[in-house]
Amino acid sequence: MCLAVPMKIIEIKGDMAVVESAGLRRDVGVMLLDKAKLGDWVLIHAGFAISKLTPRQARQTLAIFAEMQGLG
Amino acid sequence: MAKTGLGRLADRLRAFPAPPGTKIMEVCGSHTVAIRRFGIQHLLPATVKLVSGPGCPVCVTPDHFIDEAIALARQGVTVTSFGDMLRVPGSRSALEKERAAGCDIRAVYSPLDALRIAEQEGKETVFLAVGFETTAPAIAAVAIRAGEKGIANFSLLTALRLVPPALKALMASDTELSGFLLPGHVSAVIGRQAYDFLPGQRLPGVIAGFSAEDIISSLMLLLEMHNKGIYKVMNNYPRVVRDAGNPTSRAVLAEVFTTADAAWRGLGSMPQSGLELRPAYAAMEARRRFAIRVRPGAARKACRCGDVLRGLIDPPACPLFNKACRPDQPLGPCMVSSEGSCSAWVTYG
Ligand code: SF4
Repeated sequence: MCLAVPMKIIEIKGDMAVVESAGLRRDVGVMLLDKAKLGDWVLIHAGFAISKLTPRQARQTLAIFAEMQGLG
Repeated sequence: MAKTGLGRLADRLRAFPAPPGTKIMEVCGSHTVAIRRFGIQHLLPATVKLVSGPGCPVCVTPDHFIDEAIALARQGVTVTSFGDMLRVPGSRSALEKERAAGCDIRAVYSPLDALRIAEQEGKETVFLAVGFETTAPAIAAVAIRAGEKGIANFSLLTALRLVPPALKALMASDTELSGFLLPGHVSAVIGRQAYDFLPGQRLPGVIAGFSAEDIISSLMLLLEMHNKGIYKVMNNYPRVVRDAGNPTSRAVLAEVFTTADAAWRGLGSMPQSGLELRPAYAAMEARRRFAIRVRPGAARKACRCGDVLRGLIDPPACPLFNKACRPDQPLGPCMVSSEGSCSAWVTYG
């Protein structure tokens, strides 16, 4: 239940943001992060960004998800 | 053909020296699933046993909580929850059954969705606040938002739990443990420093991510420390976890919640291992807002989930495992949740 997915912030509206990954978009809260910016990669859990990632870290993490889905 | 990096890593783990009786606990349910999905349990040296811990929030939530949620739903309150909770049997029924019988029970992806339902539909709406430190800040943020927007028909039935107090209780009761594989996303919030009590108990810990490489390399770090008598907490998931965790998340959490003693399935009541709403938010606790009457239920006799959650037995040691209790017909929460050990053992072998 503690899994989180990397997504990219494509719009910020106050303490909410639109994030996107692999064509999927979501409205999420960004109040659990210190200064979320447009273009940041973030880890999303239960509708909130809980951690920032560098683009490289996000790519690695997305590759791991692909690997897990391939196995599952 | 040359071996891949992962293949070489797997070979190194297989050949890793480890004294007989080495027992490592993976605390997090997502690790349990990843380990079995990748087959990492087959790569361990013969002297090493890997056991699952209490890190599946749905699994450690006591029956009584489900009974309370059902009592609320039967009063006509809209009950919203993460989907995993709906199939968990309480002492007499499950939320899924009550929904089929006409109660308004909805699975949501985020507590924000629950708040939206309350706002748009205007009915008394309760969110089942279950989870660990990864999830608790999100629920706290929603409580703050409900307060700011003055959404008075939204409340929480709380059963949030904290990982470090559970580890303290486990290491006090199980003297055979050699180290902990520590959860990745709980640690993203609480940070490496939250486990600083481990070295004093002569136990190493490694915070791990969720790829096969992450888990295998973390297990080798644990074995290395165990072999050499080094007791440190290492962060092997620095792409996500900082030493101090996420202070903003913790500040939001601390604004809404304070710690309290709490009961866990299998582990009993543990000091300061749960969260309750602070006085300023106490009116949002569903137990205060509604009269919830629950008859004490019979203890679930044959299900050995409690022992599984303490790492005392492997799921096949339960007489019901994959016989009367199966993923399509679960009798205990460890078979219901996709992150439960019993479910992971059946699904991935
Ligand atoms: S197999 Fe089923 S009955 Fe046995 S411990 Fe697991 S969840 Fe409980």
